[in-house]
Amino acid sequence: MTALLETRSLSKSFGALRATSNVTFTLEEGARHALIGPNGAGKTTFINLLTGVLAPSTGEVLFKGQDITQVEQAERVKLGIARTFQINRLFRGLSVLENVYMAIAERVGAAPNMVTPAGSRRDVIDEAMELLTRLKLADIAHKTIPELPYGRQRLVELAITLGLKPQALLLDEPAAGVPSAESHIILDAIDALPKSIGVLIIDHDMDLVFRFAKKITVLVRGAVFAEGTPKEIGANPEVRAVYLGQAAHG
Amino acid sequence: MSVTPIQSDNPAARALAVRHRFRWWEALPWLLALAFYFAFPRYLGFGTELLITILFAISLDLALGYAGIVTLGHAAFFGAGAYTVGMLAKHEIWTEPISGLVIAAAVAGAVGFASGLVLLRTTGLTLLMLTLCTMGLLEETANMAADVTGGFDGLDSLPIKAVFGIFEFNPLYPNTQYLYVLGVLLVCFVFVRMLVYSPFGHSLTGIRENTMRMHAVGAPVRMRLIVCYSISAAIAGIAGALWAQANAYVNLSVLGLDRAATVLIVLVLGGYGRLYGGIIGAIAYMVLSHFLSKAYPTAWQLGLGLLLVAIALFARGGILGIVDNLTRRFKDRKAPEPSSP
Repeated sequence: MTALLETRSLSKSFGALRATSNVTFTLEEGARHALIGPNGAGKTTFINLLTGVLAPSTGEVLFKGQDITQVEQAERVKLGIARTFQINRLFRGLSVLENVYMAIAERVGAAPNMVTPAGSRRDVIDEAMELLTRLKLADIAHKTIPELPYGRQRLVELAITLGLKPQALLLDEPAAGVPSAESHIILDAIDALPKSIGVLIIDHDMDLVFRFAKKITVLVRGAVFAEGTPKEIGANPEVRAVYLGQAAHG
Repeated sequence: MSVTPIQSDNPAARALAVRHRFRWWEALPWLLALAFYFAFPRYLGFGTELLITILFAISLDLALGYAGIVTLGHAAFFGAGAYTVGMLAKHEIWTEPISGLVIAAAVAGAVGFASGLVLLRTTGLTLLMLTLCTMGLLEETANMAADVTGGFDGLDSLPIKAVFGIFEFNPLYPNTQYLYVLGVLLVCFVFVRMLVYSPFGHSLTGIRENTMRMHAVGAPVRMRLIVCYSISAAIAGIAGALWAQANAYVNLSVLGLDRAATVLIVLVLGGYGRLYGGIIGAIAYMVLSHFLSKAYPTAWQLGLGLLLVAIALFARGGILGIVDNLTRRFKDRKAPEPSSP
């Protein structure tokens, strides 16, 4: 397997707080990789560094071997790096279909067009509807976001990102806050992702992580604490003490 | 890619595919505007002012209503257009009206682009204050450079040529002005309508709804905003140029906070981000202020203020928002939610 997204000695400080500390990390092509760690371990900060929302204090980010540390967020999306947000960031006033249309229109380069109506891009609409059908959202495609239950909103969050057809997909707690009766739709959708794309998932739900991941990285206080297969991580006494033990108490 | 029946039958897909189509009632404002011309020949001055306000409000709607650019200084561009036409005419450099509009649009658009490059790095209250400052700077420049701008007195008796070399502007009988402004408004409106229904317009809505997500789907957000702001500025410039041509004078009032605030009130009243909000709002505002000032010459703005408070508290979508809610309620009653198939 070849490296898709890498970091080398990546650090980020907010004043005296070292949110990311000397992280060297590799997401491989076709990977199913999970990033876990206690609250405040710097997981979301790490995603923000990978996607270019934040600039690192030191270190490098590489995509397919190219240094993209200085590349802007929007440009990284064009390269094939996309993420979902821990807290929904949706176009609330628009319909579900229009939400997904937004992402696909950007990806296929339709968005700068000022002359022809958005509705005449049938290819974009069809692709969006196909994606929504796959995620079982087609029957509510006309509804606006506030009309949907939270679980469905999480799915729209995922749908927008999948509309970007990423090669590296970063999922920030995709099932957080979703009632367990609905979370299987999200898990199924993640399972059904094309094998070729590299997926990095952050989650607190250990059932989800151990079911999904082939490789787990544990982040503690901004630094890589342990890395290995689910079996190794599950058997690691230090990880159990720092994290899994705590989770069991919680 | 073939279209499966599920997809083309989906109400959301259908709605998106046809939402840009012209509907019958969209002809109404233009028919009414023409009817006004024949029915109220003595009020054509009022009518011309109204049409110009509509165009100005539509330009603001593009920036504020669609892209969510909070601005209190849009009169900067109205003024830039008005002074462009005024100075060119007064100094006998350019007096042909239609090409004058094009020049005014270019100048106002350039001012929008240059200020947008700097201003649109900010958002919210900072942006609001900076737009206000930009307008203040322009106003003071126009005041100080009295040699070319006429300073506080402005420029009057502008020698504007006849439209197409045939139709003279007559300040006493503004028939030409009215039809000329109506024609320009129609062209600009069709342009803005095309813009807001395009994928570009859709992406502006996306920026308004969630800027951070737009970055995350790979949109060049700041460039989009700058383009939108420049286009909006150019249209505001055309509105200002029309004002200068129709009145044959230009003074500092075109650049003032009064004008910028009025157009904002117009848009809030009508409902922003709705294309027709500017039209409805301008009519409501002009008619209300006309009658209120007749009935209560000293305190008429109080009535307007109370109305605005009511709109801000109870009807964020303005008059059109109220209409939308009513029609939705009516439709819901007529056709209850279809049970799941």
